[in-house]
Amino acid sequence: MADKHVSERLIGLLSVRGEDLGAEWAERVTGSLGGRVARAEVERELREIYTALVAALADGSLDGHGEAFGEVRALLTELSRNRALQGFTPTETAVSVFALKQVLEPSLAGEDGDVEAYLEFAGLLDTLGLFTIEVYARTREELISAQAEQLLELSTPVVKLWDNVIGVPLVGTLDSARTMVVMEKMLQALIDTGSEQAIIDITGVPTVDTEVAQHLLKTVVAARLMGAECTISGIRPGIAQTIVALGIDFGDIVTKATLADALRHALRRTGNTVSRTAPQAGAR
Amino acid sequence: MSGASRTSEVLEITTTAGVVQARQQVRALAQQCRLSLVDQTKLITAASELARNTLVHGGGGTMTALLLEERGRRGVRLAFADRGPGIADVDLALTDGWTSGTGMGLGLSGSKRLVDDFVLDTTPGAGTTVTITKWGR
Ligand SMILES: Nc1ncnc2c1ncn2[C@@H]1O[C@H](COP(=O)(O)OP(=O)(O)OP(=O)(O)O)[C@@H](O)[C@H]1O
Ligand SMILES: [Mg+2]
Repeated sequence: MADKHVSERLIGLLSVRGEDLGAEWAERVTGSLGGRVARAEVERELREIYTALVAALADGSLDGHGEAFGEVRALLTELSRNRALQGFTPTETAVSVFALKQVLEPSLAGEDGDVEAYLEFAGLLDTLGLFTIEVYARTREELISAQAEQLLELSTPVVKLWDNVIGVPLVGTLDSARTMVVMEKMLQALIDTGSEQAIIDITGVPTVDTEVAQHLLKTVVAARLMGAECTISGIRPGIAQTIVALGIDFGDIVTKATLADALRHALRRTGNTVSRTAPQAGAR
Repeated sequence: MSGASRTSEVLEITTTAGVVQARQQVRALAQQCRLSLVDQTKLITAASELARNTLVHGGGGTMTALLLEERGRRGVRLAFADRGPGIADVDLALTDGWTSGTGMGLGLSGSKRLVDDFVLDTTPGAGTTVTITKWGR
């Protein structure tokens, strides 16, 4: 089988000059990474891959997707993930694989079969190089969605406004993912603080369409099921008119123009009284 | 058609990100036309509803935005087009509270009340185009 012959020849090429080829490979890769990864670290990574590669070739296979290359792919996955997390570009990541081609070139003394072996090997490295890019892209995507989730958590604080009164200031649009987070945080805060009043402030919400309204209503219903009362505050004139034109019915939910109005209402409902002390002399 | 068109932009609406983009683009246009703050909010909300209908009911489509000028007045015209299932019963779809899904059933009828001009053009099996216009002062 041609594959068998080719892999034998490759093993020959790779092992005869194994030590210095490995060193040269590490040299090139370290250079391409602009010294942002220590030479010793690169050498360790590549040494492992080199060994696994020779072992896979010894199996007589040249199929980068095949079973024989499982170990190679596992090591490349680790390398790609690390590079992606360290902020390297896809090119800088794939170069680790492609550099081996250039390193091998001078060893081809022009013997018959060498060209064939090289071409086969180049094809194999292309497959493995593309594999590293795929892993890289996947890692970046995971990273981005993790960050989006963190942002979601960060952007929805729940604050204690008074004894038994919590506030949930919303900024931005309310999609279903965001609503879930808001609802969970609010319900937890109601339990943790033993509050019976929650104020959802939408001053920072640019538009209230039917989707946002539906999410707001769901949140209020959830609070009610916990025995708490919910007020919606920060309804600007434009939003009020839009809600009316759309025909959205907030039912018996208490709504207030400002957070201050909502707080006054909540305090009254919890039995707190807010009163002005007599103005100081000359203050009027 | 009345008025001279100034610019025409086409936006793809194939994901929820497209709906967000539609809102942002309409906000910018509404400000260019010097719509009042209340009218800006109304137009952006109508665009949000129609963009979401294009995505959810129409299976994705486009928003084409046009700036208009007529006798010193400026306006925004938005056309939301899809090649989805179309609407079999237009009167029913425009009935407050009627929905074929889990929404409030207020998006279509409500957005009609939020703008100066509303044209619904639909063919069952071929798609839907909703064109709205809002004029500045
Ligand atoms: N582009 C469209 N293509 C097909 N059907 C549509 C389209 N737009 C609206 N419809 C139909 O008209 C109905 C009413 O639309 P409307 O926007 O008022 O309500 P909704 O989208 O169901 O809920 P929401 O109040 O959240 O918008 C929809 O349920 C749907 O069956
Ligand atoms: Mg709708």
